[in-house]
Formats: sequence, C-alpha cells, structure tokens
Amino acid sequence: MADVTAIVILWIPYLVEGVFATLGLTAAALGLGILLGLPMAIGQVYGNRLVRSVVAIYVWFFRGLPVLVLLFLFYFGIFPALGLGDLSAFIVGATVLGLRGAAYQSQIFRGGMQSISEGQMTAARSLGMTRMQAIRSIILPQAVRISLPGWSNEYPNILTDSAVCYAIGVAELLTRASQIVAQTYVTMPIYLVCACMFILINIAGMQVLHWVERRVAIPGFGTGAM
Amino acid sequence: MADDEYILRVEDIHKSFGKLEVLKGVSFNVKKGETICFIGPSGTGKSTLLRCINQLNIPDKGGVYLNGEEVTNSGPRINEFRQKIGMVFQNFFLFDHLSAVRNVEIALLKVLKMDPKAAREKALYELHQVGMEDWAEHYPAELSGGQAQRVSIARALAMDPDVILFDEPTSALDPELTREVLEVMKKLASAGMTMLVVTHEMGFATSAANRVVFMEHGLIQEEGTPEELMNGDGRFKEYMGKIGDIKE
Repeated sequence: MADVTAIVILWIPYLVEGVFATLGLTAAALGLGILLGLPMAIGQVYGNRLVRSVVAIYVWFFRGLPVLVLLFLFYFGIFPALGLGDLSAFIVGATVLGLRGAAYQSQIFRGGMQSISEGQMTAARSLGMTRMQAIRSIILPQAVRISLPGWSNEYPNILTDSAVCYAIGVAELLTRASQIVAQTYVTMPIYLVCACMFILINIAGMQVLHWVERRVAIPGFGTGAM
Repeated sequence: MADDEYILRVEDIHKSFGKLEVLKGVSFNVKKGETICFIGPSGTGKSTLLRCINQLNIPDKGGVYLNGEEVTNSGPRINEFRQKIGMVFQNFFLFDHLSAVRNVEIALLKVLKMDPKAAREKALYELHQVGMEDWAEHYPAELSGGQAQRVSIARALAMDPDVILFDEPTSALDPELTREVLEVMKKLASAGMTMLVVTHEMGFATSAANRVVFMEHGLIQEEGTPEELMNGDGRFKEYMGKIGDIKE
C-alpha cells in the first residue's frame, strides 16, 4: 500500500501538466466557440436566407456527429487533405472541440437574442441606428448576459469532452493517466486521482464563471445570478 | 416654395397588413411648433400612421416629406431622417442594460459620434428637462412607468429632433403617472416642440393640442382645433359621447 501511495505521489506532477493541457484545450475550444458561435447566432437571427441556411447546415453537421468521429475525421482526413497534416494533435483537438462548441454555443446565443423584445430593436432604429449598430450596442450586450448561464454550462461539457483527445494522443489528463497506468500497473488509484483532478478543475471553473455572471448582472434585470 | 411652410408633409399614405387595409389614404401637413393629437377608436391605424412616418412600417403607397425632403424611399438615408424624427413608445422600450443617462447618450455616442464628455453633458441636460436628473444612474427596471417614459422622452429629445412622434405615451400608465408624463409633454409643447401625439387623453388634447385629428377606419374623418371638434356635431362628438357614457 505504501508503495502505491509513493507511486501516485511520484507521478502527480506529471498529471498536473495534463491538467494544464486539459484546461488549454477547454479554454481554446470555449474561445473559438464564442468567436464563431456569436456571429453564427447573429446570422441565424438577422441574416438572409442564404446565411441562415449555411449556419443551419453547420450546426446540423457538428451536432450530428459523435465528437470522436469528428476528431478522427479532422485529424486523419480533413486537415491532412488541406495540407495541414503537420498540425499538432493539441491544435487539432482544440480546433475540433471549438468548431463543435460553436455549433452548440450559437444556439445558446440565438436563444438569448430571440428573447430580447422586438421593442429594443425598434427603439434603437427609431434613434437612427443602423441594424448593425443596434445589434452591437443594444441587442448583443443584453443577449450575451441572458445567455451566460446557459453558456457557462458549456464549460463542463467541453472540459469532459476534451478527454476524447486521448484518442489522437494529446498529452492531456486522461492520456497521461493511461501512460502512468501502462508503466506502473497501478490502475485504480491513478484513475481516481485523474478523476479528482477533473472534478476539481470543473468546480473551480464554474466558480469563476458564476463570479463573472454576478459581475455583469444588470440591476433589476435578472440573469438568475444574484 | 410653399413647401417650406410645413416641417412635415404626409401624402396619401396607404398601408395594409396582409388583407387588412389599415390606412386608406391619409394626408396632413404639420407646421413647425404644432402639437397635433390623433384620436380615434383602437385599430383605426393611428399607431401605424406614426410608424409609417419614420418608416418603421413601410407604407405601400404615399409619401412623407421632412423639411421638403422625401423620407419614403430614402434608402440608407432613412437613418439620417430618423435622427430628426424622435419617437416615444407606449411601452417605453428603454434599453434594459443601460442606466437612464446611458439610455439617453447611447445614440449621441454611436449615431452622432459625439465626444463622450459632451454626450454625457447633453444627456444630463435632457434628463433635467424631464425632471429625471436624480435618477441618471438607475436602470430601467428600477424606474416607475412614469419615470421610464420621461427618460424615453429625454432620449428622443437628445437627438434635437425636428418632430417627435408619441405613440400612446400614457396608455401603459396609471392616472397619477399619466399626469407626470403629460406635464412634461405640455412643457415641450409650449416650448415650441413639434409633436404628433396618438392619445386617448382628451384633457391633454384640449389643453395642449393646436389641432385634433379624428381617425376611424383608416381615414381622417375630422380635423380642427379642439374647440371646433367639440362644438361640431360629427363623428368625433359622437365618439367622445360614448367615452363619456362609460366614464359615468
């Protein structure tokens, strides 16, 4: 038993490096998700028929396939075909999680935008704002705040999904745990520590996001976070 | 040019929603500084008429001219015209995520690209005009209906419009809040602001309006000074009689 404890302690720094990789994947995917998801939501709510169709097809594709299938498709197929075969597994993993996240997040933001009363746009236009000015200054700041609780929920989703990057060899938390198990034959304790680390960064991240929700809440204009 | 006599001309406006013809050819002219009240039963197109003036609803036929320039069919220039045609809504439509003063200054910053300091000064001045300067930092959800409507009037005033359209500005308010909003509007009227007001408030119409337009079935049925309409024996008097009966 003492042996096992010693082995686990010995390997913890190696696992912690995996925590950073997992957090990196999650942060990159969340960031890419907003970067693409927000414009997609705008396109879906305010765009013309063509834009709406393109977004709908995108969302249908990325929500329709299992994340592991997407990962293989991009890692072994699409990226090499685009001449991007040299991209690191980490970049591919973060990109796929981000592209997939954008599909989900666009729908969260779309819901937020559609919940803003028509009158907000009407009032903005009546002051001489262009449609784009109204979206940027009036609709988006409200829609993003309303979407925040739902969007926060994407954090644990992407965080836990990121473990599939194990399949293409990204040195994230699960990959490292498996490597340690293969080398030491200490199975359960290592996977338990790995699980605890997932849960810890999950809880910590949610605390940060709840703090953000409270920070940006509008007085008397509930986002549910008080 | 004779046109210059009028700040706003509305010519033969038609508007249908599907099969429902809401406006069947409405024309009128507005002189600078006039306050005109539009009165009539619900569903007769009064609000649609106001929304056709600033093109929130695009009329099917007819023209709107501000200072002799065509507002209808103006393409992207409509945004310039809207800066000069303020609008106040029944449900205020304040921007929920902005404090009162930010509500008033946002268009100054984003549309007129004013310097932030000058915009803030102007916004506070307009809030002062409607007696809301002490509430500058409060958010819409923290204001009473009357306060919110006064802020929305300040928001319209801040653009220095040539004319302000009021679409049933007091219909969502109880009598006491109605009074505080009407007082602000009376003050504006006597200060020479050009105002078109869709309202059911006869008290306001008789005391502040230069002209009352009675609309029914998508057409102007009668118009004149409040006294002329009250002393006449047309549809307006009949309509007012009905309202009076209910009140008693």
